[in-house]
Amino acid sequence: MRRSSAASKKKSDSITSSTTDLFRSGPSKATSKEMDRIDHLFNQYANTSSNLIDPEGIEELCSNLEVPHTDIRILMLAWKMKAEKQGYFTQEEWRRGLKALRADTLSKLKKALPELEKEVRRQSNFADFYAYAFRYCLTEEKQKSIDIETICQLLDIVMGSTFRAQVDYFVEYLKIQNDYKVINMDQWMGFYRFCNEISFPEMTEYNPELAWPLVLDSFVEWISEKQA
Amino acid sequence: VQERFGNQSFRMERKTIDLEQGWDYMQTGITKLKRILEGLPEPQFDSEQYMMLYTTIYNMCTQKPPHDYSQQLYDKYREAFEEYINSTVLPALKEKHDEYMLRELVKRWSNHKVMVRWLSRFFYYLDRYFIARRSLPPLNEVGLTCFRDRVYNELHSKVKDAVIALVDKEREGEQIDRALLKNVLDIYVEIGMGQMERYEADFESFMLLDSASYYSRKASSWIQEDSCPDYMLKSEECLKKERERVAHYLHSSSEPKLVEKVQHELLVVYANQLLEKEHSGCRALLRDDKVDDLSRMYRLYHKIAKGLEPVANIFKQHVTAEGNALVQQAEDTATNQAANIASVQEQVLIRKVIELHDKYMVYVVECFQSHTLFHKALKEAFEIFCNKTVAGSSSAELLATFCDNILKKGGSEKLSDEAIEDTLEKVVKLLAYISDKDLFAEFYRKKLARRLLFDRSANDDHERSILTKLKQQCGGQFTSKMEGMVTDLTLARENQTSFEEYLGNNPAANPGIDLTVTVLTTGFWPSYKSFDINLPSEMVKCVEVFKGFYETKTKHRKLTWIYSLGTCHLNGKFDHKPIELVVSTYQAAVLLLFNTTDKLSYNDILTQLNLSHEDLVRLLHSLSCARYKILTKEPSTKTVSQTDSFEFNAKFTDRMRRIKIPLPPVDERKKVVEDVDKDRRYAIDAAIVRIMKSRKVLGHQQLVSECVEQLSRMFKPDIKAIKKRMEDLITRDYLERDKENPNMFRYLA
Repeated sequence: MRRSSAASKKKSDSITSSTTDLFRSGPSKATSKEMDRIDHLFNQYANTSSNLIDPEGIEELCSNLEVPHTDIRILMLAWKMKAEKQGYFTQEEWRRGLKALRADTLSKLKKALPELEKEVRRQSNFADFYAYAFRYCLTEEKQKSIDIETICQLLDIVMGSTFRAQVDYFVEYLKIQNDYKVINMDQWMGFYRFCNEISFPEMTEYNPELAWPLVLDSFVEWISEKQA
Repeated sequence: VQERFGNQSFRMERKTIDLEQGWDYMQTGITKLKRILEGLPEPQFDSEQYMMLYTTIYNMCTQKPPHDYSQQLYDKYREAFEEYINSTVLPALKEKHDEYMLRELVKRWSNHKVMVRWLSRFFYYLDRYFIARRSLPPLNEVGLTCFRDRVYNELHSKVKDAVIALVDKEREGEQIDRALLKNVLDIYVEIGMGQMERYEADFESFMLLDSASYYSRKASSWIQEDSCPDYMLKSEECLKKERERVAHYLHSSSEPKLVEKVQHELLVVYANQLLEKEHSGCRALLRDDKVDDLSRMYRLYHKIAKGLEPVANIFKQHVTAEGNALVQQAEDTATNQAANIASVQEQVLIRKVIELHDKYMVYVVECFQSHTLFHKALKEAFEIFCNKTVAGSSSAELLATFCDNILKKGGSEKLSDEAIEDTLEKVVKLLAYISDKDLFAEFYRKKLARRLLFDRSANDDHERSILTKLKQQCGGQFTSKMEGMVTDLTLARENQTSFEEYLGNNPAANPGIDLTVTVLTTGFWPSYKSFDINLPSEMVKCVEVFKGFYETKTKHRKLTWIYSLGTCHLNGKFDHKPIELVVSTYQAAVLLLFNTTDKLSYNDILTQLNLSHEDLVRLLHSLSCARYKILTKEPSTKTVSQTDSFEFNAKFTDRMRRIKIPLPPVDERKKVVEDVDKDRRYAIDAAIVRIMKSRKVLGHQQLVSECVEQLSRMFKPDIKAIKKRMEDLITRDYLERDKENPNMFRYLA
């Protein structure tokens, strides 16, 4: 996860209102004891002045979970929390995520991770997660695109385990081409569709006359030339 | 019916006639009739005999039962025919063959019709009541049916064979009895009793088959032996003969069917072989300008469904090849020769292309009767080679240069006004084939600007004329800027007059130099690079004065000075004699520096004038290393380098009193292409937004194709460029991809 030093825009709500929200939402009612434990865990990693878990805190959390902090599971956790800002978890987000995972201790959280991964990888969720991953990396106010280098890292994390070959080739291509310096959400999602719909490396179904993003047309052309 | 008779052999009261007796009497009539038909000596029936026979029937039909013999008489009527046919007619026919048989048949049929006519008159009373009452076939029909069933059905096949044999004989050139065939075939028609079934099934279908196989044989040998023109001549002749055949003896309804068969065997089956014949086929005919043969080819294939398509295709290929050859020739010449000779060759190319167009248009109109297929073929052929690049110049640029050469002074003075008009007309027509019309417009505009601003236009009327033609062909938007440019000059002249008046009224403001300023409307003219050169003080004053004047006219416009387009007349005070130098403003600025200093280094000049290296080198080169060396350069090498120094060349002289020192023009091609590419990006954006705004939701392929169509008037957009613009519009939130269907796009308001 890339660290950002930009100040947090989100302030956590007062405790009472958040708790009420949590009580009202979700199928199961969290006991107040559970919530206390969740809060307690939050405070272990949060920065006391900002009342957020910042990049340092996340790194500590990761080391305690015995998960590398560039691991996809942290991103999945962020997704579950619906965390808005990369590198930071607010108290509300923390509560949301851990409550949903029914984890109020570190060990429960650790045990919940494999289950979380299965959930995210379900076809119905993965597209949403994939889009989330992109948005999560947009750090500036009006930012719409992400630079090539970050995209390459993100692709590796998010899609590397399931579509190794496509990711490797695409990353190679992105690095040597000159047409694009950034990738936008439409192109990002296009790659996901590409991995799911087009056989690789044959790519016989690919038709550049359809609405595939131009960057993928060029990518496919580049591969074909390489193979020739 | 008359019941009264003048004949006394009948009693007044009617005595019942019994069948046998009555029939015996009728038999005498029938026998008499037969004798007449056989050509035996026998007088004709007189009216009394006729009456008696008729009355006998009448009486036998009107007698009281059981003596009303209508039914029996009806049967015997038929039997009379049958008997005659069996005993006499058929044997007579069966013993004959071929033509003799045909003649006999015609005779017998004719006889039969007479027999039917007479007998049905005798037996007429049956027709009146009995037949109607019992809904039986009338007498006429009965009679004809007998012949049909007994004679026709027996013989029609043999007859058909005999007829067809004669037809083939005639085809081979022998004379035959056409009238006989006509009569025979009339039988087939008549025997159908109102329907063409018998003719068609018993004769025509066989005749068509035979004709097809006849011509198939002929075609297969002709196609081997004959040249294409000869084969076509023979085909044309055959078709003509077959039509005559129909007119002479076949039924008219056979014509289209027969013609179709003949055409099929001669022209359709062997179409490919015929058209593609190596030394005499379509390609060769085009190559050798065989207009008559091509016209014949058109006539023959015109009536065949899809027959013209291969011809049009060969035509298209031929024209394309010729066009490509011209382009290649120009390309080869250009790469082998010096730049300026090469550009002449390029102009020659345009002229040759125009000539090619004229030549083949004549073919389209005259040989091919202006058929749309051929117009289309010509158009497509030209679209192929008219879009090729020659020695780095696009066809759009070549065409613009060609126009410039015609319209500028010294360009085409040898041509008459009419010839020029004609050429301009043809050039505009050629533009229709060029896909990058916007590129042509930009090059044209640049050259027009030069002509207008440097007073190099030969004839105002021609300038306006071509703009009118371009407007007609490409629309008002295409020529609006150019028209604006021409108008600007007229206004500029008026403006200049006011300026001179102003100077007259304000002597203090006078800069002391004759100043002419042309004010251009920014939007109409090409964009010019102009940077702030440090002008000599004299010129600065001029600029100030004009600004002062201009502000009296309007306060809301901003003036941007384009010094790169200015011209200056300087008096060069050389030792030998003074000479007037006509130079650009920049060149003048350089030269005027030497009014205050004798010698200047490159860097001195650079700093004083504040120019870029590229521009300064060009300027100094034109003044010190080119034809007229107004400045001497040290060292006197052929090119300008940054360490050189320059001095006013007082020793310079020339036999002329006034010389123009040209500045070689900067290559505008790159800039033009860049400008056009930029405009295209905007045009594509605008088209996409326009389409999506009205459609709201649209599939990708449809959007692309509509975009291409909308823009096709000006250029052929690259599909990738369209995709790129779409992506940009998505990023800018004009469009979004549909969530369900990634191939659909939505307009975001």
